[in-house]
Amino acid sequence: MNTNMDNTNYTFTSKTRNITFGLMAIGLITIIAGFLTDHAPEGVSHDEYHHTRFWANLLVNGYFYMGIALLATFFMALQYVAEVAWSVAVKRVYEAVSSFLPIGATVMFIVLLAGQFHLHHLYHWMDADTINPESPKYDEVIAGKAGYFTPWFFWLRTILYLVVWVLFQRGFIKRSLEQDLQGGTALHFKQMGKAAVFMVFFAVTSSTSSWDWMMSLDVHWFSTMYGWYAFSGMWISAMVTIILFVLFLKRKGYLPQVNESHIHDLGKWVFAVSFLWSYLWFMQFMLIWYTNIPEETIYFQERLHDFGYMGLMWTVFFMNFVFPMVLLMSRDSKRNYFFLVFVGAIIFVGHWLDVFMMVMPATVKGHWHLGWLEIGMALGFLGLMLFVIHRALAKSPLMVKQHPYLDESLHHHI
Amino acid sequence: MSKAVIHAIFDDEEPLMATAKSFHSKGIHIKDVFTPFPVHGLDAAIGVPRTRIAITAFIYGLTGASLATLMMWYMMISDWPTDVGGKPSFAYYMNVPAFIPITFESTVLCAAHGMVITYYLRCWMLPGVKAKNPDPRTTDDKFLMVIETKEENKANIESMLKSGGATEIHHK
Repeated sequence: MNTNMDNTNYTFTSKTRNITFGLMAIGLITIIAGFLTDHAPEGVSHDEYHHTRFWANLLVNGYFYMGIALLATFFMALQYVAEVAWSVAVKRVYEAVSSFLPIGATVMFIVLLAGQFHLHHLYHWMDADTINPESPKYDEVIAGKAGYFTPWFFWLRTILYLVVWVLFQRGFIKRSLEQDLQGGTALHFKQMGKAAVFMVFFAVTSSTSSWDWMMSLDVHWFSTMYGWYAFSGMWISAMVTIILFVLFLKRKGYLPQVNESHIHDLGKWVFAVSFLWSYLWFMQFMLIWYTNIPEETIYFQERLHDFGYMGLMWTVFFMNFVFPMVLLMSRDSKRNYFFLVFVGAIIFVGHWLDVFMMVMPATVKGHWHLGWLEIGMALGFLGLMLFVIHRALAKSPLMVKQHPYLDESLHHHI
Repeated sequence: MSKAVIHAIFDDEEPLMATAKSFHSKGIHIKDVFTPFPVHGLDAAIGVPRTRIAITAFIYGLTGASLATLMMWYMMISDWPTDVGGKPSFAYYMNVPAFIPITFESTVLCAAHGMVITYYLRCWMLPGVKAKNPDPRTTDDKFLMVIETKEENKANIESMLKSGGATEIHHK
């Protein structure tokens, strides 16, 4: 414990670095081995099968880890728009978490591009035959959505989301570092303006991106709650990543200015956003269950009954709703490191499983596994994300300087 | 034994906090403090125990959830089973998704109202009750500290209050 550590840089120790390299090595081996060994399961013809399990896993991890960085960016913008002062003391942590965005966006882009070039068949509508009335593969429902899924329009949207998000994220970080040197309020107000613009852009694109990339896996099906459901899932994953990093840094003796009140407020965020997710997740289910229209119930029919995901669905419910609710309800547990780390880890894994539940029933359907390929690849991407975040943390001082709200944040007391 | 009540008025929260902390550490009991705005950390400084309203909220919430469950079970399952939208209603669990929103609303309703009513009763803030504020200026810009002590300690405490920054001292 170094108590004289007022505003030092984080040192990315070689031990931590080796752990992240180890995880990445596991991931790399799994990706290669997974691609080579991923053959069509029994009953599926080899011509139709294009390493579906492998690509579906890449999509799960691409979306999940990109979502963490993306919603850290959103959280950053939210703090500016709402003129939040308390969170300034942990600003560098959520900035660092957001720094994975360019890489996460690249992974998403690669998965989608591979689909466009028919290297995989996760997105049924990417097959041009589905909208050709002459073809035996003709699909009237997809043909009805052909305007939205026209390749040029789809790619325009996808590139727009990814590029604009990354540009905003880079801009926020760049100006935040300039603010350290420059001081004053001019840059801060500029950040607020940019954040407001980002919010408007993100309000639309957080929903449409989840329709384009995730909901379109079940292309016949649609849900008006899907965008928010996906958004809240990414948000809670980002919040637990942020709090786990804050606790990790505190444990190492960094961030001495971050007090119990900051931790408590972050804990409240984790609690509140896990409720937001639970609310949207359940409401999507309840409305479909209540209305009982076959074209809507198919989504849950497949997940709960046809393809045997029932156990996983309940696991996701317990990990992402019941445990956080019970364990984080009291004030003391939101200030307790052990509880926060424990619940944070549960939620992190739980939301990875939730993304798994979004993707797998629509792609590999009944032939799903939760084996070495899934776990190895998730660990690999975890290592990559941890490496990028640690490196970003080490780059700039852990406490912002000259931020107009810094003093208020340092005196945060609730 | 005669008891002395001292009302000390402060112009600012910093001397108030400093005095409160030093009195608390010396074991001098501060009965109450009236401030024009919430002063962070004052509760702990004058030794007010943590509020237990969260515990009552939890109990009220559980009550609300149980009442809602009982009500819906009686109405929808036991007394007059109704087939809504082709959903079987032979047992509570079969229709449980439909009951969740009402359970949630009832939990929130009971927890929120229970907390407010408990707070009003505990603070005795009821219609027609006379305000307990000893000096109306504490609703504007003054801070007032109430100390109950023995007659023989009075002079000593008064001098400590004055040196701590109290601008006025009254006896009640």
